[in-house]
Amino acid sequence: MNLTALLVIPLLTALTILLLRRHHLVKWTALIGSIIQCLLCFVLVAAFRKEQITSPSDFMYFIQQFDWLPAWNISYKLGVDGISIAMIMLTAFVVLAGVLVSWNIEKMTREFYFLLILLSLGAHGFFLSLDLFMQFFFLEIAVIPKYLLIGIWGSGKKEYSANKLALMLMGGSALVLVGILALYFSSPDKTFDIVRLSEIHFSTRTQRIFFPFLFVGFGIFTALFPFHTWVPDGHSSAPTAGSMFLAGISMKLGSYGCLRVATFLMPEAARQYSPTIIVLSCIAILYGAFATMMQKDLKYMNAYSSISHCGFILLGIGMLTRTAIIGSVMQMVSHGLMTALFFAVIGMIYDRTHTRMINEMGGLMKMMPMISTAFFIAGLCSLGLPGLSGFAAEITVFIGSWQRTGLFYRTATIIACMSIVVTAVYILRAISQTLMGPLKNPAFGNIKDANWNERLAAVVLIAGIVLIGMAPYWLSELVRGGADIIAGRLMSK
Amino acid sequence: MNDYLVLMKSEWLITITIFLLLILKVRGEMRSDRLLSIAQVMLLIATIVGFLFNRYGRLFGSMYYTNPLIGFQKALLTLATYLISLLCADWFKKTQHLAEFFILMLTALLGMFLMISSGNLLMFYLSLELSTIPVAALANFDLEKRISSEAAMKMILSSAFSSGVLLFGISLFYGATGTISFSAMSNHLSGEPLQTLSFIFLFTAFAFKLSVVPFHLWTADVYEGSPIAVTSFLSVVSKSAFAFVFLIAIYKVFYPLEKTWYWLLVITSIATMVIGNLFAIRQQNMKRFLAYSSIAQVGFVLVGASAGMSSGTSSVVYFMLIYTFSNLAAFGVVSIISERSGKENMTDYKGLSRSNPFLSWVMALALFSLAGIPPTAGFFGKLFLLTAGASRENYWFIVIATLNMIISLYYYLRVVRSMFMEKNDNPIQSVAIERSVYFGLILCGVGIVVTGLFSWLYQYIVSLI
Repeated sequence: MNLTALLVIPLLTALTILLLRRHHLVKWTALIGSIIQCLLCFVLVAAFRKEQITSPSDFMYFIQQFDWLPAWNISYKLGVDGISIAMIMLTAFVVLAGVLVSWNIEKMTREFYFLLILLSLGAHGFFLSLDLFMQFFFLEIAVIPKYLLIGIWGSGKKEYSANKLALMLMGGSALVLVGILALYFSSPDKTFDIVRLSEIHFSTRTQRIFFPFLFVGFGIFTALFPFHTWVPDGHSSAPTAGSMFLAGISMKLGSYGCLRVATFLMPEAARQYSPTIIVLSCIAILYGAFATMMQKDLKYMNAYSSISHCGFILLGIGMLTRTAIIGSVMQMVSHGLMTALFFAVIGMIYDRTHTRMINEMGGLMKMMPMISTAFFIAGLCSLGLPGLSGFAAEITVFIGSWQRTGLFYRTATIIACMSIVVTAVYILRAISQTLMGPLKNPAFGNIKDANWNERLAAVVLIAGIVLIGMAPYWLSELVRGGADIIAGRLMSK
Repeated sequence: MNDYLVLMKSEWLITITIFLLLILKVRGEMRSDRLLSIAQVMLLIATIVGFLFNRYGRLFGSMYYTNPLIGFQKALLTLATYLISLLCADWFKKTQHLAEFFILMLTALLGMFLMISSGNLLMFYLSLELSTIPVAALANFDLEKRISSEAAMKMILSSAFSSGVLLFGISLFYGATGTISFSAMSNHLSGEPLQTLSFIFLFTAFAFKLSVVPFHLWTADVYEGSPIAVTSFLSVVSKSAFAFVFLIAIYKVFYPLEKTWYWLLVITSIATMVIGNLFAIRQQNMKRFLAYSSIAQVGFVLVGASAGMSSGTSSVVYFMLIYTFSNLAAFGVVSIISERSGKENMTDYKGLSRSNPFLSWVMALALFSLAGIPPTAGFFGKLFLLTAGASRENYWFIVIATLNMIISLYYYLRVVRSMFMEKNDNPIQSVAIERSVYFGLILCGVGIVVTGLFSWLYQYIVSLI
């Protein structure tokens, strides 16, 4: 399997969009491009399965490499393991749904789709690259599209949110940059190559100083407490596809970086900082859950619940056991799909009712059963109903966490588990107030249910959620190999 | 004989252009757009020739020295001048004294060529003056504007002062080492106090020219008062030329004083980044805004320069190439808008994306490149500067630099925000773009996108060192 194809497709799509003038051509190009990308992902999984049988213990598969800049030892190096394949699949699906959901956008359509596809290029590149410099390039490539998407097509206090998001994410990347440069200059042969770096044992001092740079830097992307403040503003001001991307993929860039770069390359420091990470993620889980209870705006509600759910990802990484890492990757995928679905549905509701306030809605189930069902499924997945992906992911994180013995780790696990109760409270309340009961506002009497494009978007995401929920084994089997290697490096002295 | 022709080809071409323009002007009535095209064609030829046939050589008893890297640097300066001649065509066509303007500008360029190539301190001083005095006359070119005269006055005074400091430094050096030849001098440098003192004087002179804090005070006023063609020349061509000479000075001549200049660079670089950035946040006038942002950019250049010889030179030369494209694109847009609507304030740019989408996207691209955001070339430029700086494993310095990148992103985004997101009751009307300006903007845009992704360019610069 040629991994470059996964970068070429979005790139070609974006460039074609730039050349087109007619709006409907732009939309169809974006749609066809993202469908091809999804199909390619299936091919990738099939090829990966086959490869895994022949050489089960490889670190990375389908490696491609050429020297991009020998002067600094920067190479164009792609490679995947199960973890990155899971993330790539997630990206492809969320982008497809995002393209479908924004079908009716009228303002600067061409620029909108160009930026959206550029975002997906950044995310794909980030998950594929095995060279820290390249990875950083792709991480940063996403900053400006996000800024423009929120600032131009957003709603509410969009300028403020866009600025805050761009600056905080830039701050995150600045920290990451320092960490990367430190790794580069501490390695004996001055390399950015993750495979090479993973064979090196950095001195304890280097690890202790620079682990926080990398972890916090990536952590800002994934709403690590106390750097989560961009999340509510950014998500709620963004246009629907923008929120879907931000919560579904962009936050996973951070957690993937925390796992693959910070934790994996500096295992000793990860062990030392593990309690700090756990405390911070528990705070994020609880704080996010309680803050969600207070929200009146659906988008804010989902943004705060994302902080809480991403806390589980970081908790899994912080626990450092194999099962917890598998769980945290599953949570990345599950939360990505679930929150994308949530934002898509909120966008659909907003398009029809022109409000996002929970107390202004009521009885919407009668008018739009399809959208309401999707909302319902997203909600149930968020509160961890067995049979949907949220349960499978969270239970794996909890089992993995429980494997760490000691009062501290047990307490943290219990605290994290308790937050599910809070989640149930706010999800059920939101559902009952918006969907159930009599129709509150007579103006909503003539709204229509989902269009074909919205249905398709919802179906794509729901299929993922249900599939993972029904057969979690499939996903955990996919990521197990990668998690084994990371956990093995963490446990070795 | 052949040596004189080939080694000094850039100088010859510029001199020929100067005389050609002079003769055409003296002979009488020639339309100014015709003159402008002649100047543009000559500069284009000089640019292309500048990139070719570069080799090592010394002339005039080692007074003049050149190598492939220096040839490349000269070609870069010519390229920037060519781009200015394209981008400011609107203003050039209006001015009465086009030939004089180009003669002065090219003389300054010639001075910079000789300065980069100079092999001893005397030659260096003379060519530095040759490159400075015409620029002061240029700053005064908007004859009817008082602010332009004020700019010229400030320029003259600060240049005179820095020349004085430089001369003092040179004479102390002569006293301390007994020679003014660069190659002989480095053998005599031992780091004794007198030498360090005279180096600090020399450094001060450079700091004036590069507008390094605390010697930056003239910059904003001069940039604001001068015509935009001169502002772009000062901020791109002159700055690049002095940066190149500075590199040669610290790496080839004063390397025995490495400890001294490293710490001087660290301190001034931090001060320049912080002050440039903080002042840029407050600016309303676009020219002043770009002036302070270019001060901050010099701070980043110094981060790269603080590395060793090879990575320092390559990253700075590469950055200057990218900076040329990015800054000239930004100045080009400002120039068109100020020529056609007379508006130079940031608040006037509100809603620009509706009336002038092309100009706003070029401006946005240029600003993202200046801020160092991928996929623009500015990202690679900044990153290589920081990587070079980090090679001394002085990470707190790099942390400060990256924090400054965040601040700079804030104010570059201010302009983007007003262009794309804010509404305006009295927006700038749709502006007709002339063909040469359009071509210049496209060139810059392509440069911004392509320079970064094509790594062989950096590799080529490394191979020249």
